[in-house]
Parts: sequence; structure tokens; C-alpha cells
Amino acid sequence: MQAHQRMLDPTSNGQHSGESPLLRTIGLTKRYGDFLANDCIDIEIRPREIHALLGENGAGKSTLVKAIYGLIQPSAGEIHWQGERIVLSGPSEARIRGIGMVFQHFSLFDNLTVAENVALGLDGKESFKDMSARLEQVSKTYGLPLDPRREVWQLSVGERQRIEIVRALMQDPKFLILDEPTAVLTPQEADQLFIVLDRLKAEGRAILYISHKLEEVKRLCDTATILRGGRKVETCNPRLETAASLARMMVGGEVKEVKGASGRRTTVPRLVVNDLSLAPVEAHGVRLEHISFELKGGEILGIAGVAGNGQDELFAALSGERLAKNPGTVVIEGIAAGHLSITQRRKLGAAFVPEERLGHGTAPRMRLSENALLTGHAASGMVRRGFIDTAATLRTVDRATETFDVRKAKRDPEAASLSGGNLQKFIVGREILRNPAVLVVSQPTWGVDAGAAAVIRQALLDLATAGAAVLVTSQDLDELAEIADRIAVMFHGKLSAPLSAREASREKLGLLMGGSSLQPKEIAHAAGA
Amino acid sequence: MQLVLEKRAERSGTIALVSPLIAIGLTIVTMVILFAILGKNPLLALHAYFIAPLTDGYSLQEIAVKATPLVMIAIGLSLCYLANAWNIGAEGQFLIGAVAGSWIAVKTQGTDAGAWVLPAMLVLAAAAGALYALIPAICKVKFGASEILTSLMLVYVADLFLDYLVRGPWRDPHGFNFPTTAEFDPVATVPLLIEGGRLHLGSTIALLVVAAAAILLGRTIKGFEIRVVGAAPRAARFGGFNANQLIILTFAVSGALAGLAGIIEVAGPVGHLQPGISPGYGFTAIIVAFLGRLNPLGILVAGLFLALTFIGGEQAQIAMKIPLDVTKVFQGILLFYVLACDSLILYRFKLVFPNRKVVARGAG
Repeated sequence: MQAHQRMLDPTSNGQHSGESPLLRTIGLTKRYGDFLANDCIDIEIRPREIHALLGENGAGKSTLVKAIYGLIQPSAGEIHWQGERIVLSGPSEARIRGIGMVFQHFSLFDNLTVAENVALGLDGKESFKDMSARLEQVSKTYGLPLDPRREVWQLSVGERQRIEIVRALMQDPKFLILDEPTAVLTPQEADQLFIVLDRLKAEGRAILYISHKLEEVKRLCDTATILRGGRKVETCNPRLETAASLARMMVGGEVKEVKGASGRRTTVPRLVVNDLSLAPVEAHGVRLEHISFELKGGEILGIAGVAGNGQDELFAALSGERLAKNPGTVVIEGIAAGHLSITQRRKLGAAFVPEERLGHGTAPRMRLSENALLTGHAASGMVRRGFIDTAATLRTVDRATETFDVRKAKRDPEAASLSGGNLQKFIVGREILRNPAVLVVSQPTWGVDAGAAAVIRQALLDLATAGAAVLVTSQDLDELAEIADRIAVMFHGKLSAPLSAREASREKLGLLMGGSSLQPKEIAHAAGA
Repeated sequence: MQLVLEKRAERSGTIALVSPLIAIGLTIVTMVILFAILGKNPLLALHAYFIAPLTDGYSLQEIAVKATPLVMIAIGLSLCYLANAWNIGAEGQFLIGAVAGSWIAVKTQGTDAGAWVLPAMLVLAAAAGALYALIPAICKVKFGASEILTSLMLVYVADLFLDYLVRGPWRDPHGFNFPTTAEFDPVATVPLLIEGGRLHLGSTIALLVVAAAAILLGRTIKGFEIRVVGAAPRAARFGGFNANQLIILTFAVSGALAGLAGIIEVAGPVGHLQPGISPGYGFTAIIVAFLGRLNPLGILVAGLFLALTFIGGEQAQIAMKIPLDVTKVFQGILLFYVLACDSLILYRFKLVFPNRKVVARGAG
């Protein structure tokens, strides 16, 4: 194994089309059983290029970058690095050759400091002191401020991502892979990240940027490769495309528009939260502090915020998976429910859709009919005198299948065998078919294909039109803008006052997501709307 | 070319049925090798183990008698294991049930107590077994103590307690100093099903337990709760099911069944309380539960099969001087293969050939 310490060609003229590719895959294929996660993918990445990898969930983006980073071995095909064929033994060899990666899910130890975390991730032999100094210098150079002595649990998600980026940059990579980096950032933080990426590009590095946010890609990237169903659809210049044409290539057809309901009327308050405070269960968990809001029938309230600011804790407190000491903190349909179990709350007319589909929303290795029973046993006539009415559970499966277009191989398969989008349609459908008075849903379209996402959003709108109160927690601001009437922001366990959807610009929400409060003038403005 | 384990999209129903048979096949192959090493003719040994007991009526009845406690205990254990509660101490619950039931038999001995004695013994034995099983369950729920360790350790407590009773207060005064109680009165004895035979009412009770468990798991919401809590704890909490409550419940039920099996064994085939009333039923039942795929009907079949190995082991010892411990080796190897073959339900073997064509095209 030769070490490749060749520098980038100094005579390069900056015109990336003229340069030879830094990395190239030829017919890269990865097979899992009968399933082709990557089917003969050819991709070329040149120095001084931000190359977008676009595709829906399950299109094969992650598989491709994992192969390039040496995490998995391709079943067939080749990877060429600086013109030479390579077979990577693992990520450490990829790092030695100059390939870095920043994952969507961070691998950081909460109880260690920034510097300690970086030291654990580096293969080098330099002393901890030298490493810390270099860490500070790299973070300063690239405008990614970090205090090496702080412990990770004290940091925001954006700061944690900075650790991962700085850690990757300290290896001086020629090629950096970023997996959905803006998914966890506020709009303002995302803008800062783009400045850093432009700077890396100017230094002659190449970046592979995985995303499904089209506007972002159009703004930032020089080239875009679109994957669909494990195959490469197209490589194009995203600046010459429209968001709609990119979406068509990703989805392979037109994306259905969601129709907002006209003439939706709000009625009586159906879900009221009064000064809800809850201490965290886990170490470094988020404390819910004085959360209050009122949600009327016919209304959709969106809760925005960067992940990990207390959304999961709020969901648990609303669903009854965690009980509150004071019954009056959660009021469902006019009845104090803070002390009631999830089953009792369901009997009051509440329904819940958690973020995790497998293992939380469903038992993965159980059939759909059994998963219908999981939440339906309380109040849907599926159980009589302790005995299960199997026909009734199957009817729920059939109705959900029909109403929400759930695609599956047989009538009653295991939950785990469905694709993410179809399973989510089933879970949302299962709850909506119970005609809930209140629906609390967390990340309704996370990791779901565009077609399924449109179906789910439409279903939420229709449910509100029918008179239910709907609470949607989402990190996707576009989604909230599309369906919510009012949007509040969660930050450090506190919930901001809701803004009307018209008033809630990306900038305002971004500021709230980053923890700054709006100026009094803006609040007055919002309230006056 | 390489052999890889590959995940299936769905669990395979066929393999779920076939995997215990594969395990039995592999066990028999291993045993053949073992017999050969011991210098015994493997074919004759297999005949003594598996064929000979099936050829006469007495042995057939004896298989049913041995299967009775195995099936009853294993049904209880399967409920625990499905709910992710690991009761390893059924042997202790069996012994405590035997002791508690025997208490009535001993106290009414020689009196003119009527037909209430046997039912009272059965009820008390079940209650005692349940209470004894609740000790590890409550320690688990309240303090997070590992139920595997606590339930196992309580086996030895029960064993020594029984030993103390039959050597001390309950010893038969006319028993020539043997550590045993007097023979139970007829009202304290489980009636035989066939006059002069071995088969007794306990086997009928075991069949009823199997039927009840099949209905519980397949048709009721409680059975569903048990299965969800074990298969997906977080989803179970989301469903509104309380895992701690189910640990208590399944431990109590399995303790009750083990205790019931204990008194039926003592008041049935044995006829009096003495040490060594169990050749390890409580532990062998763990194998029965897994070999039967934690399914009531499967457990019935597995219980009969394991009973066959007990009887066959005795025959092999008499006919071929194969040590009785080989039966335990057999049972251990069987559990090992059963658990190993379980992975085939979610995974399958596949031969993978590197695709040379693609490589060649890439180079071209």
C-alpha cells in the first residue's frame, strides 16, 4: 500500500472541468441479498468542486458514500483515487489517503471535552497539548469557533457538528463528504456553514454534499448527481435546473401539491398545556420549562426547533409515556390529563405518532394487524372481554391501506418489511382512522419519500379541517410553512410564543431556533397579525 | 466464493417450524460421534435412546409421565421468556410447590380427612410456587436485581429446605432413617388414569395448561401484551403496556405452574416427599421451552421428545452401560443447536461469487 502524499496539481487553472477527477467510481455496485442498494454507479468528483449527491431516502446515497469512505466493501465495481484504483480496508485508510467524512449522526462522547473527543478520533501520534493548539488554530482559521475545554453535553447541535467538521479538517483532507449537514442547523447556522464550504473549495478541496434540500443545492453546488432507486439518474449543473426539475429527477414524476383547506374554522380548545415543567430523566437530558399553549379544534400548531431541544420530552409528556405531577398541566378535551396513562389519554380522544417508526411507533417484527392493535386496543372495539377481535384489527389494516395508499407485498406483513414511507402512512393512517380529537405527531415525514410525505401532510390538513386539533413537531421549516397555522419554536426546553404562519419568516424562526428572542417590536408585529 | 449470513426481509415461518428439527438432526450427528468416541456402537445406542422406548406400552406411559412436569414448567417459562423476564429458577419453584403441597399431606396423614386434601394440596403448591417466584420478580422491579441470578440462587435454598424437612421434622418414623416422609394417604395421591398403569391425572392437567396458554397467547390482549413487551419494549410502553407489571405476572404464573408440577410429581409417581424428586425438570424445561419455540403446542411436542431422552437414557444405561450423564450432555448440546438454528429464522446462508464481469469492464 503506497501512501499518496502528492499535492494537488499546482498548475491547475481552477476550471474544474479541465482537471482530472480526484475520485471516480466505476460501476460501483452494492448488493444486500436480492436488493441492489447501488447499481453500477459512475461518479466523478474533481478538486475545487462542491458536488451534490441528491436523492430521496433509500435512493442509495448513504451506501455510496459508505463505500467511498471504506465503511463497506462494494460487491462489484471500482473506486479510483487520484487516477489509481484503490481498495479501502476501512475508514482509517480512507483518512490516511485524504478522504474525510462528517456524518449526520455524530459520534461524540457527551462527558468528554471537545479536545478529548477530537483526540479520540485522530489517528496521529502528536501530544494532546499540540493537538489542542492545532484544534484551536484550525477552528479559528475556518471561522468555526470552538472552546476545546468545554464538555460536549453543554454544546448545541450546531457546535457539535463543528467538532465533527474540525476533526475532519485537522486531517487536512483533499476530499470531504458531508451527510445532510444542514438537517440539524438553523437557517443562520446553515449560512455560516456555506461560507466555510466555499472557503474549503477555494483551497482546492473537493466536497461531496449529500442533501435532499433542492434550494440549498442550487445555491451551493457546482455539480449534482441524482440517484433514484439505487441507480444514477443524471449528473447536471444544478444552477441550470429549477427546483421543480431537480425534484422530478429525484422522484421520477410530478410531486403532488398539498391543498390547504379553505374555510377552516377554529373551534373550542381541545389540547391545552399549562405551565408544564419536567425534570429530565437521563443525565444531560433536557428540562421542560414552563411550557404553555392552547390548541383549538381545526387548527394545526407547528413546533419548530433544532433536534434535542426538548421535543422528545414534550412528546413523552403529552402522550403520557411520562406522567406529570400536576394533572392540570395537560388538558385534553377539557379534562385534566397530566396524571393519566397513554391508554386513558387515548380514551379521551387523543392520538399520537412518535418520531421513531420502528421500535417506538410499531413493534418491527409484528404484523400490521398486531400493530393496529398496539394503539387501537384502548378505544376501537378491537378487544372484547380481554379477547382480541382479529377481524377488526385486519379491517383497520385494510382501511389504512386503502385510504392512505400503503404499498405492501401481502395483506398483513411484518412492520419492518415495509419501506419507511409506507410504514409511516400506515402509522399516521392507523391513528387518523380512530377519528382523534387531538393528534400529536412528531416528525411526520422524516426520512419519507416525497410521494408519501405529500399524502401524510394532506391527511393532517384534512384531519384539522374535520375539526381535530393537530400538533406537529418538525425540523423541516418548509413542512411547517406548508401545513401549520401557527408556529412556535422550542429551544432549551422552553417554547416561544406561537407566531402566525404568515409572520413566521425563516429568519425569525431561525433566530428563535438559535436561542435569541425576537425584539419587542417584532413580537408586537407578530401578535398584531 | 464465500458463505455469508444474510438478513431476511421477514422472519421465515417455514424455518421457524423446521429449525428445531435441524437442531435435533445436528444433535444426533454430534451424539453419533460422541458414542463412537466412547467406544459404543452408535446405531445400537441411537436405537436404545430413540426407538426402544417407543416399542412398549410401559415406556410410552412413562414418557407421558416424565413429559408432564416438563411441559407444565416449560409453558410457564415460555410466558416469562416471551416477556423478556428470565426465570431460571423453575427448579426451585418446583421444589417449594412440592414441599408446600406435602405439608397438607403430612399433616392429614392417618386422619379421616376427606376428598378436599388433594385439591387443597394442588392450590397451596401453586400459590407457594408463585410466591417463591415473586421474590426475584419483585427484586427485579424494585431494585433492578438480575432475575437470572436471584431466581437461580433460590433453587439451592429450596433444595436445602426440602432436605432439612425430610431429614428432620417430616421424616417417616418407620422409615429406617431414610430421608423421606411416609407414603401419602390415598386422598393425598394423584389418581391414575389407567388402573395398574403409570399414567395419572397430572397429564390431563398438563394438556389443559397447554390449551389455556395457546388461547392466552393467541387470542387475548394479555397474551399480546406479553409478546409486545418482550419483542419491542418501547413500542409496548407506547401501546400503554406496563413491563414491570408483566414481569410480576409472568413470574407468578410460571412459579405457580412449576409448583403445581412439583406437587403432582410428589403426590403422583413418587408418592412421598424425598430429596431427588426432580432429575432437573426445572432446568430441562428451559430446553423444552426453547425447543418448542416458546409456542404452547411446540412445547408439548418438545416435552415429549425430551422425556424420551430421559427414558432412552435409562435404557441405554441398562442395555449398553452408557453413563446417564450422557443424557445431560445430549440435552445441553440440543439447547446449543436450537439457539444457533434460531438465527436462520431471521438470516439465511448465501454463497457469494465475486462478479468478475463487472471488474473486467471497469478495467477496460
